[in-house]
Amino acid sequence: MNEAKREVLICAGGCISSGSNKVQAALRRELIDRGLDRDIRIVGTGCHGFCEMGPLVTVYPEGAFYVRVQESDVKEIVEKHLIGGEVVERLLYQDPVSNERILHSEDIDFYKKQMRFVLANCGHIDAEDINAYLEVGGYKALEKALTEMTPDDVIEEVKAAGLRGRGGGGFPTGLKWGFARKSPGEKKYVVCNADEGDPGAFMDRSILEGDPHRLLEGMAICGYAIGADEGYIYVRAEYPLAIKRLKIAIKQAMAEGYLGENIFDSGFNFTIKIKEGAGAFVCGEETALLASIEGKRGMPRPRPPFPAVSGLWGKPTNINNVETFANIYDIITRGSAWYASIGTEKSKGTKVFALTGKINNTGLAEVPMGITMREIIFGIGGGIPNGKKFKAVQIGGPSGGCLPEELLDMPVDYDSLTKIGAMVGSGGLVVMDESTCMVDVARFFLNFTQSESCGKCTPCREGTKRMLEILTRITQGKGEEGDIELLEDLCYKIKDTALCGLGQTAPNPILSTIKYFRHEYEAHIREKRCPAGSCTRLIGYRITDNCKGCSLCKKVCPANAIIGDIKQKHTIDASVCLKCGACMEKCPFKAIEKG
Amino acid sequence: MEKHSCCCGGNKGNEFEKLDAILEKYRESKGTLIPILQEVQNVYGYLSKEVLIHIAQKTQIPISQIYGVATFYSQFHLNPRGKHIIRVCQGTACHVRGGAKILAALEELLEVNAGETTRDLNFTLETVACIGACGLAPVMMVDEEPYGRLTPEALPAILDQYR
Repeated sequence: MNEAKREVLICAGGCISSGSNKVQAALRRELIDRGLDRDIRIVGTGCHGFCEMGPLVTVYPEGAFYVRVQESDVKEIVEKHLIGGEVVERLLYQDPVSNERILHSEDIDFYKKQMRFVLANCGHIDAEDINAYLEVGGYKALEKALTEMTPDDVIEEVKAAGLRGRGGGGFPTGLKWGFARKSPGEKKYVVCNADEGDPGAFMDRSILEGDPHRLLEGMAICGYAIGADEGYIYVRAEYPLAIKRLKIAIKQAMAEGYLGENIFDSGFNFTIKIKEGAGAFVCGEETALLASIEGKRGMPRPRPPFPAVSGLWGKPTNINNVETFANIYDIITRGSAWYASIGTEKSKGTKVFALTGKINNTGLAEVPMGITMREIIFGIGGGIPNGKKFKAVQIGGPSGGCLPEELLDMPVDYDSLTKIGAMVGSGGLVVMDESTCMVDVARFFLNFTQSESCGKCTPCREGTKRMLEILTRITQGKGEEGDIELLEDLCYKIKDTALCGLGQTAPNPILSTIKYFRHEYEAHIREKRCPAGSCTRLIGYRITDNCKGCSLCKKVCPANAIIGDIKQKHTIDASVCLKCGACMEKCPFKAIEKG
Repeated sequence: MEKHSCCCGGNKGNEFEKLDAILEKYRESKGTLIPILQEVQNVYGYLSKEVLIHIAQKTQIPISQIYGVATFYSQFHLNPRGKHIIRVCQGTACHVRGGAKILAALEELLEVNAGETTRDLNFTLETVACIGACGLAPVMMVDEEPYGRLTPEALPAILDQYR
């Protein structure tokens, strides 16, 4: 056996969906069968971030980074690498340009261009063992805050760092903490918003599953700063693994004295409870979230009073999201000057983006604020698959907007994005190629906000419904002249009058697609045509002169809509055609066109 | 004597035994209606009228408020559900990668529409806004087990594991 400590790290986060549990079980069996289970440790980590290549397995001490590992690969890894000491070349990541196999994850373009602080431990430590967190300096920030700093020092440090809320709004965190500290009252609360509801965002899930102690530490520091002794984590019930790991983390932190009474002999007490959400997107809004913790329907209320003055059970409350709290560790340990040196003038630090949709490298990317969208999508994300053309990127979920190619070189920060009608939001980036219809995308988001509208205020309840009706009509070819203007009018009125962030931002996907892709709306309305070939009601299939009359399409057509004799050019009877596209896929001569 | 643990009658005396145990656990704490409903639903599978009335009587929370909460959150169900719950993600990433086709294929395979339960009470088909596994889109969950990078062709084999 090798002298150095052998360890196998397997992603047990999102990779579970790609079968990492089976790989882990197979590996465990194999090691037991060979009597190696005492010498080689298997660690189930949180998300490593490169979801496209999952399941991910890293073998130490070499740090060999194996991608898309299947159950059937386990035997070879054990025999060749763990016993023989030789790296299994074929399982290493292959650079798509140079075709070279790359041994270490940090040398892969996807990771090389990132700046990982918040996600530093995700995928590298055992998320269910507090000792793993302590080994990498865990709870040092809490120790420093409690033993060397006053609560005001902590708030000043967070202010000086320039950290802004990572959940969407971008409000300065230090300022928010200051408000809660100044609010009179004996009893105060710290609440963590882990109700990551934006479709297309999963960075908070990754932190919860991969590095839960970092969140607990950030919350405890906040509690010390504002004078709270109790914290709540409001987490989606859709994240069972996150809930499980948080529970383990809280239990271990209590047992080791990092939570509980008289932490670090400072006289500071802090406990954390978990509240599971029950499936309502609007609970991501802070006042709705508080109502939900109190056991009520999660409906927002007008502000002021802000939660810093009157929050949970009427007490001063500070609410931040997971990623915001996860930034506190580095601000305290490395100092605000270091933190403020990253990013742009008004947006400091890093931001985690979730890359999804029509992009080669789906996964999580942590980058400094101010990087261009082009670097994220093409540098880290590896561009668009199947040689298709980039069309738009949707940023910020249902509250955000769609940006076209010409805006890709703009810096990504809070203020630049707000200026052009989008927002950083939670950081979901959904990439769309030429086959995505922008009217359909707007309709998709409205369908979402409409069904998630809590119904309390009229502009959101009725307005989103009317807008959805218009958009649906347009995608079905029943759009009328004046629909675009009507939509715009509704959008601005709803923005101005809705009660909470959900309603106020619901029009963003419509406004941004009208602004940058107006021609697509016009094509649907005037020509009854979907330029992306995506709206089924509006597309038709046509056989071109390339047809050799082989009849393959005729055989595959489920509706018998194709007419023509063998060796003669065939035609499609549009009145029977189901628009399933089977003929187009089958045709060996590319003689069938869609549009 | 055989014990009945379901809420459909049978041994009248023990009808709400498990429910009462849950209510007792939360008696001292505040803001507990949602966790109570979550635990009760875990035991009984859904929230029947009788169960909701019993909770109201024991906790002194008005039934109108309980009904309001139970119907507000998508997690709660007032009707019986299948043995296995299939949740098909209709999030943005899944949408652009063909999530709608997966749902359509499941509707055809199970002969139910989204939101419905198969006649043999084996499957309930639901949609979910996002399960946060966007990197593996399109995805679905059967009970707690996620399945990623789905194609309509892959579905029958997955369903067979739950029959």
